[in-house]
Amino acid sequence: MALQHFKTSEFDAAVNAAPLAMVDFWATWCGPCKMLSPTIEALAGQYDGKALVGKVNVDEEPDLARRFGVMSIPTVVFLKNGVEFDRKVGVMPADAFTSVLNANL
Amino acid sequence: MPYDVLVIGGGPAGLSAAVNVRARGRSVLVVSNPLEENPLWKSERVDNYLGLPGLTGAEMLQTFRAHAEKSGAEFLSGRVLNSALMGDTWFVSIGSDVQEAGAVVLTGGVTRGKKFPGEEEFLGRGISYCATCDGMLYRGKKVAVLGWTDSAAHEADFLREIGCEVTYFSRPKTCAISGGDAVTEVTCDGVTAEAACVFILRPTIAPTDLFPGLALENGYVAVDRKMATSLPGLFAAGDCTGGPLQVSKAVGEGLIAGQSAAQWVAAHRKDSGAPA
Repeated sequence: MALQHFKTSEFDAAVNAAPLAMVDFWATWCGPCKMLSPTIEALAGQYDGKALVGKVNVDEEPDLARRFGVMSIPTVVFLKNGVEFDRKVGVMPADAFTSVLNANL
Repeated sequence: MPYDVLVIGGGPAGLSAAVNVRARGRSVLVVSNPLEENPLWKSERVDNYLGLPGLTGAEMLQTFRAHAEKSGAEFLSGRVLNSALMGDTWFVSIGSDVQEAGAVVLTGGVTRGKKFPGEEEFLGRGISYCATCDGMLYRGKKVAVLGWTDSAAHEADFLREIGCEVTYFSRPKTCAISGGDAVTEVTCDGVTAEAACVFILRPTIAPTDLFPGLALENGYVAVDRKMATSLPGLFAAGDCTGGPLQVSKAVGEGLIAGQSAAQWVAAHRKDSGAPA
């Protein structure tokens, strides 16, 4: 599945149904987020069929950002059937994310 | 627009690097704090720069900057926050902006000040290095800004404009950040302020925070004779590579780093075309 752009209304149904999901909280006014963006897009392709990879724009979906206590962006949250089990804050190389995904496939 | 070379820092090393990248016909962007915030700006007299003794630090910086501008270097004011190498391209974020380049020359000077107690611990839970990035998450809340430059004061104003209740600490010496699950307060030089987020806006970010995995030697960026660092396409020059912390040394290293960066781009960027 290609990269998902989550709205608050559809978020829970999507991540609850996913055995493994990775969600990037970002905003257009954040340089580091823009920099991380190509990595997230590449991972969406790479983990197609294995993990749900999506993004949440904190400006458009402030409730989701609040619910996950996102205090600095970019923040990438990892979930199993909707339950968070890990998160990474800040720009990181792709292997910081793949190591978490691979260990939980 | 991607640049051939991006230079971090607009002091003697960075400006020398920029002039020498241009001398090799390559495009270059210099990202720096305002000239007046360079430590050299305050030097009343520099007597050991060959052939030009007696200039003030400010005169030297202005002369160097004018030279770099005339050579065709481009400039962007701001602090570099992050970097990432993807393929053969370096991505560098500056506030809300991202720039791309084939090679990077790091001339960030000496990072002054160690991290504060609580800073590492609360990273991502109420510690931020970027007001434009994270400010919106704290609208209507109390925040603290620790600033050492005029630019930091401007970032505090930005936070006030978007609706944060800001306590500004100017050039604090000792600070400690505390809280529970997240930051709740910061104490600087005996004054405590309630804060949901502490924005720490140092003039320069430590090289190893900017470039994860970068090798150091005795606390300075490790470089070889070509001013190449341990990371591909990343060169360094000036005070950040170690002493003597002198203008002549910075200018000389900047020249080598600029030439090496231009050479790197020529060898590794097949798509970069002929020098302009």
